Amino acid sequence: MNQLFATDAEKRLIPSSGMRGPVPLLIAIMTFVIVVVAAAGFALSNTSSVVKAGVENRYSIQISDGASKAPAAIAAARRMPEISRVEQVAPEDLRRTLERWLGPSASDADLPMPAIVDVDLRPGANAANVKKAIESAVPGARFIAHRTSLEPLLKALQGLTLLALGLVLLIALASAAAIILAARGALDTHRATIDVMHGIGAEDQQLVRLFVRQIAIDALSGGVAGAAAAGLVIALIIGGAGYATLLSGTPPLDWNDALLLLLLPIAIALLATQVARGALMKALRERL
Amino acid sequence: MTGTIVEFDRVGLRYGTGAEVLRDLDFRLSEGGFYFLTGPSGAGKTSLLKLLYLAQRPTRGRMSLFGDELSHAARDALPAYRRRIGVVFQDFRLVRHLSAFDNVALPLRISGKSEEEIEGPVREMLAWVGLADRASARPPTLSGGEQQRVAIARAVIARPDLIIADEPTGNVDAAMAERILHLLTAMNRLGTTVIVATHDVGLIAATPGAQLIRLEKGVLVDPTGALKHPPAMPRMGRTS
Repeated sequence: MNQLFATDAEKRLIPSSGMRGPVPLLIAIMTFVIVVVAAAGFALSNTSSVVKAGVENRYSIQISDGASKAPAAIAAARRMPEISRVEQVAPEDLRRTLERWLGPSASDADLPMPAIVDVDLRPGANAANVKKAIESAVPGARFIAHRTSLEPLLKALQGLTLLALGLVLLIALASAAAIILAARGALDTHRATIDVMHGIGAEDQQLVRLFVRQIAIDALSGGVAGAAAAGLVIALIIGGAGYATLLSGTPPLDWNDALLLLLLPIAIALLATQVARGALMKALRERL
Repeated sequence: MTGTIVEFDRVGLRYGTGAEVLRDLDFRLSEGGFYFLTGPSGAGKTSLLKLLYLAQRPTRGRMSLFGDELSHAARDALPAYRRRIGVVFQDFRLVRHLSAFDNVALPLRISGKSEEEIEGPVREMLAWVGLADRASARPPTLSGGEQQRVAIARAVIARPDLIIADEPTGNVDAAMAERILHLLTAMNRLGTTVIVATHDVGLIAATPGAQLIRLEKGVLVDPTGALKHPPAMPRMGRTS
């Protein structure tokens, strides 16, 4: 933090007007994108967790000739201590689903209807044992995990979360590259001053401190501005559309996520400062 | 008995893959001595000065300053030696956006002096070079002579052990040239070694006891051997 403080004499050595240029704007844009993408990543991850938790212990018993075997299946399921909830899907709901493929003929009374019984296993229950017991009690029944049917969705959500993380890292990398260019540009702009100071006996650390101070201020101000804009956009999306809330039934971002997002501009400022310091030291070491 | 402040042992310098601009320089300069570096244009005076104020490393040979071998010294070690050297560049090399005061104060600030320790000496030095009323002026608004005086004030403000001046009287009138020479000889009497590169014969003539270093085509001309085996020079102790 002492990099943010400098004496008046130090401030006069490297005038900020020659240093700032587009750096704060660049960092503000990068921070905005990073925070929005990171928020999307958190929301996807949270949604994935909620969906996963919702189907974690949920299974269906599918019986092809449902009308005759469904009661036996329900009775067998209720006898099992591993099963906490048993609920048959209403035949009307099944018919409505079938209408999407079969049209009005789905309402035909002669159409053989399967039965579907949803069951929830207690946490820790052995699903294989339950499956074996159900399938032996009701021949022809199939015991299917909901997780299996949602696997493609969960994989897609996981992939999108990883993509968001990758994008955050990529943008951070691009920011670092931009900071390196800006730092080297600043060094070139003030080459004459640096040469004089070097000649008089200034150490690299003294010179770097002058530049890093300005970059730290630029990074922090740009970061805060970018994060504030991103926060506004995120609040509008969550508050206005509430898409993720509708999907998962819970808020897409919790307080921990919000705290991490708030820390991002500080992390970006620290990253920019360290990257600038490294770039400046490297550039100075190229001279005697 | 005085020590050796500069020692060159078969030093050569070339830039890139070009021909050597300095060849087989072999000499010693006494601590507390006053030396004039002369020679025709292109003889290598500026290159020799660059070696002396540590802006270049020799490409061969050994070079010692203040008793330490610096030809291959670690880069991080050089700033401490540079702080013991005051340099007056021919092109002044003032920081354009800083006032005359801030330019003169630069060596003191770099060496970590507080603003309270800086104010008095800098005002005094500016007054001495006749620029007391120009303390807040920036170099672009100063004449060539005024800039040169600021450069000289900056070179001597930190009381260096070695002063290197490249044509320090090139842009000033006779009266100011005399004052500058007086300042340099006064610092020399206090124990500072002074090396002045100049074409000004009058300046050399006005400095009795000074020794000549003459370069021609990158080679030291030292027919008497006085630079290889310098005589001990009387000097006064430095005051703090």
